[in-house]
Amino acid sequence: MSDPMDFLLWTKGPMFDWAIAIFALGMLARIFEIFMLGRKTNYAEPKGSEWGPGFKTMLTRSVADPGTFKRAGFDVLVGWVWHIGFLLVLFLFIPHIELIKSVLGLSWPGLPNPIIDSIAAVTIVGLIAALIHRLLHPVKQHLSTKEDYFIWAVTFLPVLTGYIAYHRLINPYPLALGLHVLSVEVFLIVLPFTKLTHMFTAFIARWYNGAIFGRKGVES
Amino acid sequence: MASQQTLGESLRDHGVSRRGFLKFCAATASMMTLPPTMTSAIAAALEQARRPSVIWLSFQECTGCTESLTRSHSPTVENLILDVISLDYHHTLQAASGDAAEEARMKAMEENHGSYLVVVDGSLPGPDSNMGYSTIAGHSNLDILKETVEGAAAVVSVGTCAAFGGLPMANPNPTGAVAVQDLITDKPVINVPGCPPVPTVITGVLAHYLTFGSLPELDSYNRPLAFFGQSIHDRCYRRPFYDKGLFAETFDDEGAKKGWCLYRLGCKGPSTYNACATMRWNAGTSWPIESGHPCLGCSEPKFWDAGSFYKALSVPTNSAGSTLAAAGLTGAIVGGAAAALAKKEQQAVVAEREPVTVEELEQKL
Repeated sequence: MSDPMDFLLWTKGPMFDWAIAIFALGMLARIFEIFMLGRKTNYAEPKGSEWGPGFKTMLTRSVADPGTFKRAGFDVLVGWVWHIGFLLVLFLFIPHIELIKSVLGLSWPGLPNPIIDSIAAVTIVGLIAALIHRLLHPVKQHLSTKEDYFIWAVTFLPVLTGYIAYHRLINPYPLALGLHVLSVEVFLIVLPFTKLTHMFTAFIARWYNGAIFGRKGVES
Repeated sequence: MASQQTLGESLRDHGVSRRGFLKFCAATASMMTLPPTMTSAIAAALEQARRPSVIWLSFQECTGCTESLTRSHSPTVENLILDVISLDYHHTLQAASGDAAEEARMKAMEENHGSYLVVVDGSLPGPDSNMGYSTIAGHSNLDILKETVEGAAAVVSVGTCAAFGGLPMANPNPTGAVAVQDLITDKPVINVPGCPPVPTVITGVLAHYLTFGSLPELDSYNRPLAFFGQSIHDRCYRRPFYDKGLFAETFDDEGAKKGWCLYRLGCKGPSTYNACATMRWNAGTSWPIESGHPCLGCSEPKFWDAGSFYKALSVPTNSAGSTLAAAGLTGAIVGGAAAALAKKEQQAVVAEREPVTVEELEQKL
Protein backbone atom coordinates (compact mmCIF):
# COMPACT_ATOMS: atom_id res chain seq x y z
CA MET A 1 0.00 0.00 0.00
CA SER A 2 2.88 2.30 -0.70
CA ASP A 3 0.96 4.39 -3.21
CA PRO A 4 -2.62 5.44 -4.03
CA MET A 5 -3.14 2.78 -6.71
CA ASP A 6 -1.99 0.02 -4.34
CA PHE A 7 -4.39 1.43 -1.75
CA LEU A 8 -7.30 1.45 -4.22
CA LEU A 9 -6.57 -2.11 -5.34
CA TRP A 10 -6.39 -3.26 -1.72
CA THR A 11 -9.79 -1.69 -0.99
CA LYS A 12 -11.27 -3.18 -4.20
CA GLY A 13 -9.66 -6.57 -3.64
CA PRO A 14 -8.93 -8.31 -0.31
CA MET A 15 -10.51 -5.64 1.88
CA PHE A 16 -13.76 -5.75 -0.08
CA ASP A 17 -13.88 -9.54 0.33
CA TRP A 18 -13.38 -9.23 4.10
CA ALA A 19 -16.00 -6.51 4.43
CA ILE A 20 -18.65 -8.30 2.40
CA ALA A 21 -17.94 -11.61 4.22
CA ILE A 22 -18.21 -10.04 7.70
CA PHE A 23 -21.37 -8.20 6.66
CA ALA A 24 -23.07 -11.28 5.20
CA LEU A 25 -22.04 -13.57 8.04
CA GLY A 26 -23.01 -11.14 10.80
CA MET A 27 -26.28 -10.00 9.25
CA LEU A 28 -27.52 -13.46 8.25
CA ALA A 29 -26.62 -14.81 11.69
CA ARG A 30 -28.68 -12.10 13.37
CA ILE A 31 -31.66 -12.38 11.05
CA PHE A 32 -31.76 -16.18 11.27
CA GLU A 33 -31.52 -16.01 15.02
CA ILE A 34 -34.41 -13.56 15.19
CA PHE A 35 -36.64 -15.63 12.91
CA MET A 36 -35.81 -18.97 14.49
CA LEU A 37 -36.38 -17.74 18.01
CA GLY A 38 -39.73 -16.47 16.82
CA ARG A 39 -42.27 -15.41 19.42
CA LYS A 40 -43.95 -17.12 22.31
CA THR A 41 -46.84 -19.31 21.18
CA ASN A 42 -50.11 -17.44 21.55
CA TYR A 43 -52.86 -19.80 22.59
CA ALA A 44 -55.63 -17.21 22.37
CA GLU A 45 -58.10 -17.61 19.55
CA PRO A 46 -57.05 -15.33 16.61
CA LYS A 47 -59.50 -12.55 15.73
CA GLY A 48 -57.87 -11.80 12.39
CA SER A 49 -54.97 -12.68 10.11
CA GLU A 50 -51.31 -11.91 10.84
CA TRP A 51 -49.74 -11.64 7.37
CA GLY A 52 -51.77 -8.83 5.78
CA PRO A 53 -51.65 -6.41 8.73
CA GLY A 54 -47.97 -7.37 9.23
CA PHE A 55 -46.93 -6.28 5.74
CA LYS A 56 -49.22 -3.25 5.86
CA THR A 57 -47.62 -2.06 9.06
CA MET A 58 -44.15 -2.45 7.54
CA LEU A 59 -45.16 0.38 5.21
CA THR A 60 -47.50 2.46 7.35
CA ARG A 61 -45.08 2.73 10.25
CA SER A 62 -42.62 4.41 7.88
CA VAL A 63 -44.84 7.49 8.01
CA ALA A 64 -44.88 9.28 11.33
CA ASP A 65 -48.28 9.75 12.91
CA PRO A 66 -49.51 13.38 13.13
CA GLY A 67 -48.70 13.57 16.84
CA THR A 68 -45.08 12.63 16.33
CA PHE A 69 -44.75 15.03 13.44
CA LYS A 70 -46.13 17.84 15.58
CA ARG A 71 -43.81 17.05 18.48
CA ALA A 72 -40.65 16.38 16.47
CA GLY A 73 -41.17 17.83 12.99
CA PHE A 74 -37.44 18.43 12.46
CA ASP A 75 -36.52 14.82 13.21
CA VAL A 76 -39.21 13.42 10.94
CA LEU A 77 -38.46 15.74 8.04
CA VAL A 78 -34.66 15.67 8.17
CA GLY A 79 -34.71 11.96 8.92
CA TRP A 80 -36.81 11.30 5.85
CA VAL A 81 -34.74 13.57 3.63
CA TRP A 82 -31.37 12.04 4.35
CA HIS A 83 -32.60 8.43 4.58
CA ILE A 84 -34.23 8.65 1.17
CA GLY A 85 -31.25 10.56 -0.25
CA PHE A 86 -28.88 7.92 1.09
CA LEU A 87 -30.89 5.09 -0.49
CA LEU A 88 -31.29 6.85 -3.85
CA VAL A 89 -27.57 7.57 -4.07
CA LEU A 90 -26.74 4.04 -2.98
CA PHE A 91 -29.01 2.25 -5.41
CA LEU A 92 -29.40 4.58 -8.41
CA PHE A 93 -25.85 5.84 -9.07
CA ILE A 94 -24.60 4.03 -12.19
CA PRO A 95 -21.19 2.97 -10.77
CA HIS A 96 -23.01 1.52 -7.72
CA ILE A 97 -25.39 -0.39 -10.00
CA GLU A 98 -22.37 -1.83 -11.83
CA LEU A 99 -20.92 -2.94 -8.49
CA ILE A 100 -24.18 -4.57 -7.37
CA LYS A 101 -24.53 -6.25 -10.77
CA SER A 102 -21.04 -7.73 -10.45
CA VAL A 103 -21.79 -9.14 -6.98
CA LEU A 104 -25.45 -10.15 -7.16
CA GLY A 105 -26.12 -10.29 -10.88
CA LEU A 106 -29.06 -7.89 -10.46
CA SER A 107 -29.29 -4.63 -12.34
CA TRP A 108 -31.75 -1.79 -12.87
CA PRO A 109 -31.77 1.64 -14.54
CA GLY A 110 -29.96 4.48 -12.78
CA LEU A 111 -30.35 8.23 -12.54
CA PRO A 112 -28.19 10.78 -14.42
CA ASN A 113 -25.11 11.78 -12.46
CA PRO A 114 -26.03 15.45 -11.87
CA ILE A 115 -29.30 14.36 -10.20
CA ILE A 116 -27.44 11.89 -7.96
CA ASP A 117 -24.93 14.64 -7.23
CA SER A 118 -27.66 17.02 -6.06
CA ILE A 119 -29.28 14.30 -3.95
CA ALA A 120 -25.89 13.52 -2.37
CA ALA A 121 -25.42 17.20 -1.53
CA VAL A 122 -28.85 17.34 0.12
CA THR A 123 -28.07 14.12 2.02
CA ILE A 124 -24.82 15.59 3.34
CA VAL A 125 -26.61 18.73 4.50
CA GLY A 126 -29.34 16.58 6.08
CA LEU A 127 -26.83 14.47 7.99
CA ILE A 128 -24.95 17.54 9.23
CA ALA A 129 -28.25 19.13 10.32
CA ALA A 130 -29.15 15.93 12.17
CA LEU A 131 -25.81 15.97 13.99
CA ILE A 132 -26.09 19.64 14.96
CA HIS A 133 -29.60 19.05 16.25
CA ARG A 134 -28.38 16.08 18.26
CA LEU A 135 -25.58 18.16 19.75
CA LEU A 136 -27.76 21.16 20.62
CA HIS A 137 -31.04 19.59 21.69
CA PRO A 138 -30.88 19.00 25.47
CA VAL A 139 -32.98 15.82 25.46
CA LYS A 140 -31.13 14.32 22.49
CA GLN A 141 -27.85 15.30 24.09
CA HIS A 142 -28.84 13.42 27.20
CA LEU A 143 -30.00 10.36 25.30
CA SER A 144 -27.08 10.13 22.86
CA THR A 145 -24.39 7.57 23.49
CA LYS A 146 -20.93 7.25 22.01
CA GLU A 147 -22.31 4.64 19.64
CA ASP A 148 -24.77 7.19 18.23
CA TYR A 149 -21.96 9.55 17.25
CA PHE A 150 -19.88 6.67 15.91
CA ILE A 151 -22.77 5.47 13.76
CA TRP A 152 -23.36 9.00 12.51
CA ALA A 153 -19.71 9.20 11.39
CA VAL A 154 -19.81 5.73 9.79
CA THR A 155 -22.92 6.77 7.83
CA PHE A 156 -21.69 10.24 6.95
CA LEU A 157 -18.24 9.28 5.67
CA PRO A 158 -19.35 7.15 2.69
CA VAL A 159 -21.56 10.00 1.45
CA LEU A 160 -18.88 12.64 2.02
CA THR A 161 -16.05 10.62 0.44
CA GLY A 162 -18.31 9.66 -2.46
CA TYR A 163 -19.06 13.33 -3.06
CA ILE A 164 -15.34 14.14 -2.85
CA ALA A 165 -14.44 11.33 -5.26
CA TYR A 166 -17.16 12.30 -7.75
CA HIS A 167 -15.99 15.92 -7.78
CA ARG A 168 -12.35 14.81 -7.72
CA LEU A 169 -11.60 17.11 -4.79
CA ILE A 170 -8.72 14.92 -3.58
CA ASN A 171 -5.86 14.03 -5.90
CA PRO A 172 -4.85 11.60 -7.20
CA TYR A 173 -8.23 10.06 -7.91
CA PRO A 174 -7.31 6.49 -6.87
CA LEU A 175 -6.76 7.84 -3.35
CA ALA A 176 -10.16 9.58 -3.34
CA LEU A 177 -11.94 6.49 -4.67
CA GLY A 178 -10.01 4.21 -2.30
CA LEU A 179 -11.08 6.31 0.70
CA HIS A 180 -14.70 6.11 -0.45
CA VAL A 181 -14.56 2.33 -0.89
CA LEU A 182 -12.85 1.92 2.49
CA SER A 183 -15.47 4.06 4.26
CA VAL A 184 -18.21 1.87 2.79
CA GLU A 185 -16.34 -1.23 3.92
CA VAL A 186 -16.20 0.13 7.48
CA PHE A 187 -19.97 0.72 7.20
CA LEU A 188 -20.53 -2.87 6.05
CA ILE A 189 -18.31 -4.32 8.79
CA VAL A 190 -19.93 -2.46 11.70
CA LEU A 191 -23.48 -2.80 10.31
CA PRO A 192 -24.39 -6.22 11.80
CA PHE A 193 -23.02 -5.37 15.25
CA THR A 194 -24.50 -1.93 15.87
CA LYS A 195 -27.85 -0.16 15.64
CA LEU A 196 -27.28 0.04 11.89
CA THR A 197 -28.98 -3.38 11.83
CA HIS A 198 -32.20 -1.38 11.90
CA MET A 199 -31.84 -1.30 8.11
CA PHE A 200 -33.17 -4.85 8.27
CA THR A 201 -34.64 -5.31 11.74
CA ALA A 202 -36.86 -2.20 11.63
CA PHE A 203 -38.99 -3.90 9.03
CA ILE A 204 -39.03 -7.21 10.89
CA ALA A 205 -40.12 -5.41 14.08
CA ARG A 206 -42.85 -3.58 12.19
CA TRP A 207 -44.09 -6.83 10.74
CA TYR A 208 -44.34 -8.40 14.20
CA ASN A 209 -46.15 -5.33 15.50
CA GLY A 210 -48.64 -5.42 12.65
CA ALA A 211 -49.06 -9.19 12.97
CA ILE A 212 -49.76 -9.01 16.71
CA PHE A 213 -52.39 -6.34 16.22
CA GLY A 214 -53.82 -8.19 13.21
CA ARG A 215 -54.22 -11.35 15.26
CA LYS A 216 -56.05 -9.38 17.91
CA GLY A 217 -58.30 -7.94 15.22
CA VAL A 218 -57.33 -4.32 15.84
CA GLU A 219 -55.79 -1.73 13.58
CA SER A 220 -52.09 -1.04 14.13
CA MET B 1 29.00 9.82 -30.00
CA ALA B 2 27.67 13.23 -29.07
CA SER B 3 28.64 15.28 -32.08
CA GLN B 4 29.93 18.82 -31.90
CA GLN B 5 27.08 19.91 -34.19
CA THR B 6 24.31 21.92 -32.56
CA LEU B 7 20.78 20.57 -32.62
CA GLY B 8 19.78 23.33 -35.03
CA GLU B 9 22.51 22.31 -37.46
CA SER B 10 21.58 18.66 -37.20
CA LEU B 11 17.92 19.37 -37.87
CA ARG B 12 18.76 21.50 -40.89
CA ASP B 13 20.98 18.69 -42.18
CA HIS B 14 17.96 16.40 -41.86
CA GLY B 15 15.87 18.77 -43.95
CA VAL B 16 13.76 20.28 -41.15
CA SER B 17 12.65 23.79 -42.15
CA ARG B 18 12.85 26.76 -39.82
CA ARG B 19 9.07 26.96 -39.94
CA GLY B 20 8.71 23.30 -38.97
CA PHE B 21 11.20 23.75 -36.16
CA LEU B 22 9.39 26.80 -34.73
CA LYS B 23 6.07 24.99 -34.95
CA PHE B 24 7.58 22.20 -32.85
CA CYS B 25 8.90 24.75 -30.32
CA ALA B 26 5.48 26.42 -30.06
CA ALA B 27 3.78 23.04 -29.60
CA THR B 28 6.32 22.08 -26.94
CA ALA B 29 5.75 25.34 -25.04
CA SER B 30 2.01 24.81 -25.18
CA MET B 31 2.26 21.14 -24.16
CA MET B 32 4.31 22.02 -21.15
CA THR B 33 1.86 24.79 -20.26
CA LEU B 34 4.54 27.44 -20.65
CA PRO B 35 3.58 30.96 -21.78
CA PRO B 36 3.73 31.51 -25.59
CA THR B 37 6.61 33.95 -25.07
CA MET B 38 8.72 30.94 -24.11
CA THR B 39 8.59 29.66 -27.71
CA SER B 40 11.50 31.82 -28.80
CA ALA B 41 13.48 30.88 -25.68
CA ILE B 42 12.90 27.20 -26.45
CA ALA B 43 13.86 27.74 -30.10
CA ALA B 44 17.03 29.60 -29.12
CA ALA B 45 18.01 27.01 -26.54
CA LEU B 46 17.33 24.03 -28.82
CA GLU B 47 19.06 25.74 -31.73
CA GLN B 48 22.24 26.14 -29.74
CA ALA B 49 22.04 22.89 -27.76
CA ARG B 50 24.85 20.46 -28.31
CA ARG B 51 23.54 17.02 -28.93
CA PRO B 52 23.60 15.34 -25.56
CA SER B 53 24.66 11.77 -25.44
CA VAL B 54 21.75 9.47 -24.80
CA ILE B 55 22.15 5.81 -24.00
CA TRP B 56 18.99 3.79 -24.51
CA LEU B 57 18.78 0.54 -22.59
CA SER B 58 16.12 -2.04 -23.41
CA PHE B 59 15.45 -4.73 -20.82
CA GLN B 60 12.32 -6.87 -20.28
CA GLU B 61 10.17 -5.13 -22.87
CA CYS B 62 8.24 -5.82 -26.06
CA THR B 63 9.83 -3.07 -28.18
CA GLY B 64 6.41 -1.42 -28.36
CA CYS B 65 7.80 1.80 -26.86
CA THR B 66 10.55 2.01 -29.48
CA GLU B 67 8.04 1.10 -32.18
CA SER B 68 5.70 3.82 -31.00
CA LEU B 69 8.46 6.37 -31.31
CA THR B 70 10.05 5.30 -34.55
CA ARG B 71 7.15 4.04 -36.62
CA SER B 72 5.31 7.30 -36.91
CA HIS B 73 3.25 7.62 -40.04
CA SER B 74 5.62 10.22 -41.47
CA PRO B 75 8.92 11.57 -40.16
CA THR B 76 8.18 14.28 -37.65
CA VAL B 77 10.32 16.87 -35.98
CA GLU B 78 9.73 14.88 -32.81
CA ASN B 79 11.31 11.70 -34.02
CA LEU B 80 14.09 13.56 -35.81
CA ILE B 81 14.99 15.27 -32.57
CA LEU B 82 14.90 11.91 -30.89
CA ASP B 83 17.02 10.38 -33.63
CA VAL B 84 19.69 13.02 -33.63
CA ILE B 85 20.08 13.05 -29.88
CA SER B 86 19.53 9.47 -28.99
CA LEU B 87 21.48 6.93 -30.78
CA ASP B 88 24.80 6.55 -29.05
CA TYR B 89 23.54 3.19 -27.92
CA HIS B 90 20.21 1.59 -28.65
CA HIS B 91 20.61 -2.09 -29.08
CA THR B 92 17.31 -2.54 -30.88
CA LEU B 93 17.97 0.13 -33.47
CA GLN B 94 21.74 0.47 -33.81
CA ALA B 95 23.63 -1.09 -36.69
CA ALA B 96 26.50 -2.29 -34.51
CA SER B 97 26.18 -5.52 -32.57
CA GLY B 98 28.09 -7.67 -30.12
CA ASP B 99 31.33 -6.26 -28.75
CA ALA B 100 31.19 -3.22 -31.06
CA ALA B 101 27.84 -2.21 -29.62
CA GLU B 102 28.98 -2.62 -26.03
CA GLU B 103 32.13 -0.70 -26.86
CA ALA B 104 30.04 2.19 -28.19
CA ARG B 105 28.17 2.32 -24.89
CA MET B 106 31.37 2.31 -22.84
CA LYS B 107 32.89 5.02 -25.01
CA ALA B 108 29.79 7.24 -24.75
CA MET B 109 29.83 6.83 -20.98
CA GLU B 110 33.50 7.70 -20.74
CA GLU B 111 33.39 10.76 -23.01
CA ASN B 112 30.22 12.26 -21.50
CA HIS B 113 30.69 11.24 -17.89
CA GLY B 114 28.27 13.13 -15.67
CA SER B 115 26.24 14.64 -18.49
CA TYR B 116 24.62 11.87 -20.54
CA LEU B 117 21.02 10.78 -20.25
CA VAL B 118 20.00 7.17 -19.82
CA VAL B 119 16.66 6.16 -21.30
CA VAL B 120 15.38 2.78 -20.15
CA ASP B 121 12.52 0.80 -21.56
CA GLY B 122 11.52 -2.46 -19.92
CA SER B 123 11.61 -3.67 -16.34
CA LEU B 124 14.45 -5.84 -15.05
CA PRO B 125 14.81 -8.83 -12.72
CA GLY B 126 15.31 -7.43 -9.20
CA PRO B 127 18.37 -8.04 -7.02
CA ASP B 128 16.70 -11.02 -5.30
CA SER B 129 15.81 -12.66 -8.58
CA ASN B 130 17.70 -14.97 -10.94
CA MET B 131 19.89 -12.65 -13.01
CA GLY B 132 19.81 -15.17 -15.85
CA TYR B 133 16.21 -14.26 -16.74
CA SER B 134 17.37 -11.30 -18.81
CA THR B 135 20.91 -10.69 -20.04
CA ILE B 136 22.60 -8.70 -22.77
CA ALA B 137 26.04 -9.72 -24.04
CA GLY B 138 26.29 -12.05 -21.07
CA HIS B 139 25.68 -9.30 -18.51
CA SER B 140 22.62 -9.09 -16.30
CA ASN B 141 20.21 -6.20 -16.79
CA LEU B 142 20.89 -5.04 -13.26
CA ASP B 143 24.66 -4.87 -13.78
CA ILE B 144 24.27 -2.99 -17.07
CA LEU B 145 21.84 -0.51 -15.51
CA LYS B 146 24.01 0.19 -12.47
CA GLU B 147 27.14 0.52 -14.58
CA THR B 148 25.49 2.83 -17.10
CA VAL B 149 23.63 5.03 -14.63
CA GLU B 150 26.71 5.60 -12.47
CA GLY B 151 27.97 8.51 -14.64
CA ALA B 152 24.56 9.68 -15.93
CA ALA B 153 22.94 13.07 -15.33
CA ALA B 154 19.46 11.54 -15.11
CA VAL B 155 17.42 8.50 -16.04
CA VAL B 156 14.24 8.57 -18.12
CA SER B 157 12.08 5.45 -17.68
CA VAL B 158 10.11 5.16 -20.89
CA GLY B 159 7.01 2.97 -20.82
CA THR B 160 5.09 1.44 -17.94
CA CYS B 161 7.49 -1.53 -17.63
CA ALA B 162 10.49 0.68 -16.88
CA ALA B 163 8.43 3.14 -14.84
CA PHE B 164 6.34 0.75 -12.72
CA GLY B 165 7.26 -2.85 -13.60
CA GLY B 166 4.59 -3.33 -16.26
CA LEU B 167 3.45 -6.62 -17.73
CA PRO B 168 6.60 -8.56 -16.72
CA MET B 169 5.64 -7.75 -13.11
CA ALA B 170 2.09 -9.10 -13.51
CA ASN B 171 1.05 -11.64 -10.93
CA PRO B 172 2.83 -14.01 -10.18
CA ASN B 173 5.79 -11.95 -11.46
CA PRO B 174 7.84 -14.97 -12.59
CA THR B 175 11.06 -13.04 -13.21
CA GLY B 176 10.90 -10.97 -10.02
CA ALA B 177 10.64 -7.87 -12.21
CA VAL B 178 11.10 -4.43 -10.66
CA ALA B 179 10.91 -0.87 -11.97
CA VAL B 180 13.95 1.32 -12.56
CA GLN B 181 12.99 3.67 -9.73
CA ASP B 182 13.08 0.72 -7.31
CA LEU B 183 16.78 0.31 -8.05
CA ILE B 184 18.11 3.80 -8.79
CA THR B 185 17.87 6.09 -5.80
CA ASP B 186 20.91 8.36 -6.21
CA LYS B 187 19.99 9.90 -9.60
CA PRO B 188 16.92 11.77 -10.76
CA VAL B 189 14.47 9.33 -12.37
CA ILE B 190 11.70 10.65 -14.64
CA ASN B 191 8.88 8.25 -15.44
CA VAL B 192 7.16 8.51 -18.80
CA PRO B 193 4.68 5.62 -18.45
CA GLY B 194 2.23 4.35 -21.02
CA CYS B 195 1.91 1.11 -22.92
CA PRO B 196 3.32 2.60 -25.06
CA PRO B 197 3.75 6.25 -24.02
CA VAL B 198 2.63 9.10 -26.27
CA PRO B 199 5.73 9.81 -28.45
CA THR B 200 5.38 13.57 -28.09
CA VAL B 201 5.61 13.23 -24.32
CA ILE B 202 9.05 11.64 -24.58
CA THR B 203 10.38 14.30 -26.94
CA GLY B 204 8.72 16.95 -24.77
CA VAL B 205 10.67 15.76 -21.74
CA LEU B 206 13.91 15.67 -23.73
CA ALA B 207 13.19 19.12 -25.21
CA HIS B 208 12.61 20.46 -21.70
CA TYR B 209 15.95 19.07 -20.59
CA LEU B 210 17.73 20.61 -23.59
CA THR B 211 16.01 23.98 -23.17
CA PHE B 212 16.31 24.53 -19.46
CA GLY B 213 19.11 22.13 -18.58
CA SER B 214 16.87 20.79 -15.84
CA LEU B 215 14.16 18.20 -15.44
CA PRO B 216 10.47 19.12 -15.65
CA GLU B 217 8.24 19.37 -12.60
CA LEU B 218 7.12 15.88 -11.55
CA ASP B 219 4.10 14.39 -9.78
CA SER B 220 4.18 11.88 -6.92
CA TYR B 221 4.92 9.07 -9.41
CA ASN B 222 7.81 11.09 -10.89
CA ARG B 223 5.82 11.74 -14.06
CA PRO B 224 6.14 15.14 -15.77
CA LEU B 225 3.19 17.14 -14.48
CA ALA B 226 2.77 18.95 -17.78
CA PHE B 227 1.68 15.69 -19.41
CA PHE B 228 0.37 13.64 -16.50
CA GLY B 229 -1.22 16.42 -14.46
CA GLN B 230 -4.78 15.78 -15.63
CA SER B 231 -6.84 12.65 -15.87
CA ILE B 232 -8.16 11.17 -19.10
CA HIS B 233 -11.67 11.57 -17.63
CA ASP B 234 -11.25 15.31 -17.09
CA ARG B 235 -10.06 15.88 -20.66
CA CYS B 236 -12.27 13.30 -22.37
CA TYR B 237 -14.53 14.57 -25.15
CA ARG B 238 -17.09 11.93 -24.04
CA ARG B 239 -17.26 13.43 -20.53
CA PRO B 240 -20.57 15.27 -21.17
CA PHE B 241 -22.19 11.87 -21.70
CA TYR B 242 -20.86 10.64 -18.35
CA ASP B 243 -22.29 13.73 -16.70
CA LYS B 244 -25.66 13.17 -18.35
CA GLY B 245 -25.70 9.49 -17.43
CA LEU B 246 -25.58 8.30 -21.05
CA PHE B 247 -23.50 5.14 -21.34
CA ALA B 248 -22.70 2.48 -23.93
CA GLU B 249 -23.49 -0.88 -22.35
CA THR B 250 -22.15 -3.13 -25.11
CA PHE B 251 -19.73 -2.48 -27.94
CA ASP B 252 -22.47 -2.50 -30.56
CA ASP B 253 -25.50 -0.95 -28.89
CA GLU B 254 -27.12 2.37 -29.70
CA GLY B 255 -25.02 4.13 -27.05
CA ALA B 256 -21.78 2.85 -28.56
CA LYS B 257 -22.88 4.02 -32.00
CA LYS B 258 -23.76 7.43 -30.65
CA GLY B 259 -20.35 7.74 -28.98
CA TRP B 260 -21.60 7.75 -25.38
CA CYS B 261 -19.42 7.28 -22.31
CA LEU B 262 -17.55 3.95 -22.01
CA TYR B 263 -17.50 3.81 -18.17
CA ARG B 264 -19.75 0.74 -18.00
CA LEU B 265 -17.57 -1.04 -20.54
CA GLY B 266 -14.62 -0.74 -18.16
CA CYS B 267 -13.09 2.65 -19.01
CA LYS B 268 -10.36 3.50 -16.49
CA GLY B 269 -10.21 7.13 -17.62
CA PRO B 270 -11.27 8.50 -14.20
CA SER B 271 -8.24 6.97 -12.46
CA THR B 272 -5.72 7.44 -15.30
CA TYR B 273 -3.43 10.40 -15.74
CA ASN B 274 -2.02 10.83 -19.24
CA ALA B 275 -2.04 13.16 -22.22
CA CYS B 276 -3.81 10.86 -24.75
CA ALA B 277 -7.03 12.90 -24.72
CA THR B 278 -5.22 16.09 -25.68
CA MET B 279 -2.22 14.89 -27.72
CA ARG B 280 -3.85 11.87 -29.37
CA TRP B 281 -1.95 9.35 -31.48
CA ASN B 282 -0.73 8.94 -35.06
CA ALA B 283 -0.14 12.60 -35.76
CA GLY B 284 -3.23 13.65 -33.81
CA THR B 285 -5.57 11.31 -35.69
CA SER B 286 -7.33 9.56 -32.82
CA TRP B 287 -6.90 7.85 -29.47
CA PRO B 288 -8.36 4.73 -27.84
CA ILE B 289 -11.58 6.26 -26.50
CA GLU B 290 -12.23 8.11 -29.74
CA SER B 291 -11.94 4.81 -31.59
CA GLY B 292 -14.57 3.31 -29.28
CA HIS B 293 -12.46 1.39 -26.78
CA PRO B 294 -12.34 2.05 -23.04
CA CYS B 295 -9.10 3.38 -21.55
CA LEU B 296 -7.09 0.54 -19.99
CA GLY B 297 -5.29 2.88 -17.60
CA CYS B 298 -1.92 1.87 -19.05
CA SER B 299 0.03 4.78 -17.57
CA GLU B 300 -0.90 3.88 -13.99
CA PRO B 301 0.98 1.49 -11.72
CA LYS B 302 -0.56 -2.00 -11.38
CA PHE B 303 -2.92 -1.51 -14.33
CA TRP B 304 -1.99 -5.05 -15.34
CA ASP B 305 -3.34 -6.56 -12.11
CA ALA B 306 -6.29 -4.22 -11.49
CA GLY B 307 -9.08 -6.59 -12.53
CA SER B 308 -10.78 -6.93 -15.89
CA PHE B 309 -10.19 -4.27 -18.54
CA TYR B 310 -13.87 -4.61 -19.40
CA LYS B 311 -15.41 -4.16 -15.95
CA ALA B 312 -16.33 -0.75 -14.56
CA LEU B 313 -13.88 0.98 -12.23
CA SER B 314 -16.32 0.56 -9.33
CA VAL B 315 -16.39 -3.24 -9.64
CA PRO B 316 -14.28 -5.20 -7.11
CA THR B 317 -11.29 -7.03 -8.52
CA ASN B 318 -12.29 -10.46 -7.20
CA SER B 319 -15.62 -12.14 -7.85
CA ALA B 320 -17.30 -11.27 -4.57
CA GLY B 321 -20.56 -13.12 -5.31
CA SER B 322 -19.28 -16.49 -4.07
CA THR B 323 -17.71 -14.89 -0.97
CA LEU B 324 -21.04 -13.28 -0.21
CA ALA B 325 -22.94 -16.55 -0.66
CA ALA B 326 -20.49 -18.60 1.43
CA ALA B 327 -20.39 -16.03 4.24
CA GLY B 328 -24.18 -15.66 4.16
CA LEU B 329 -24.66 -19.41 4.42
CA THR B 330 -22.20 -19.63 7.31
CA GLY B 331 -24.03 -16.74 8.98
CA ALA B 332 -27.37 -18.50 8.58
CA ILE B 333 -25.95 -21.65 10.15
CA VAL B 334 -24.37 -19.70 13.02
CA GLY B 335 -27.63 -17.79 13.62
CA GLY B 336 -29.69 -20.98 13.43
CA ALA B 337 -27.35 -22.77 15.81
CA ALA B 338 -27.46 -19.87 18.29
CA ALA B 339 -31.27 -19.86 18.19
CA ALA B 340 -31.43 -23.65 18.57
CA LEU B 341 -29.07 -23.48 21.53
CA ALA B 342 -31.14 -20.75 23.17
CA LYS B 343 -34.32 -22.75 22.67
CA LYS B 344 -32.70 -25.85 24.08
CA GLU B 345 -31.59 -23.96 27.17
CA GLN B 346 -35.09 -22.58 27.55
CA GLN B 347 -36.60 -26.08 27.31
CA ALA B 348 -34.11 -27.39 29.86
CA VAL B 349 -35.07 -24.60 32.24
CA VAL B 350 -38.75 -25.43 31.79
CA ALA B 351 -38.09 -29.16 32.32
CA GLU B 352 -36.11 -28.57 35.48
CA ARG B 353 -38.63 -26.15 36.89
CA GLU B 354 -39.81 -27.17 40.35
CA PRO B 355 -43.09 -25.44 41.14
CA VAL B 356 -43.35 -24.25 44.72
CA THR B 357 -46.62 -23.46 46.46
CA VAL B 358 -47.07 -20.58 48.88
CA GLU B 359 -47.62 -23.04 51.71
CA GLU B 360 -44.33 -24.79 50.95
CA LEU B 361 -42.52 -21.48 50.91
CA GLU B 362 -44.05 -20.43 54.23
CA GLN B 363 -43.00 -23.73 55.74
CA LYS B 364 -39.44 -23.20 54.62
CA LEU B 365 -39.32 -19.73 56.07
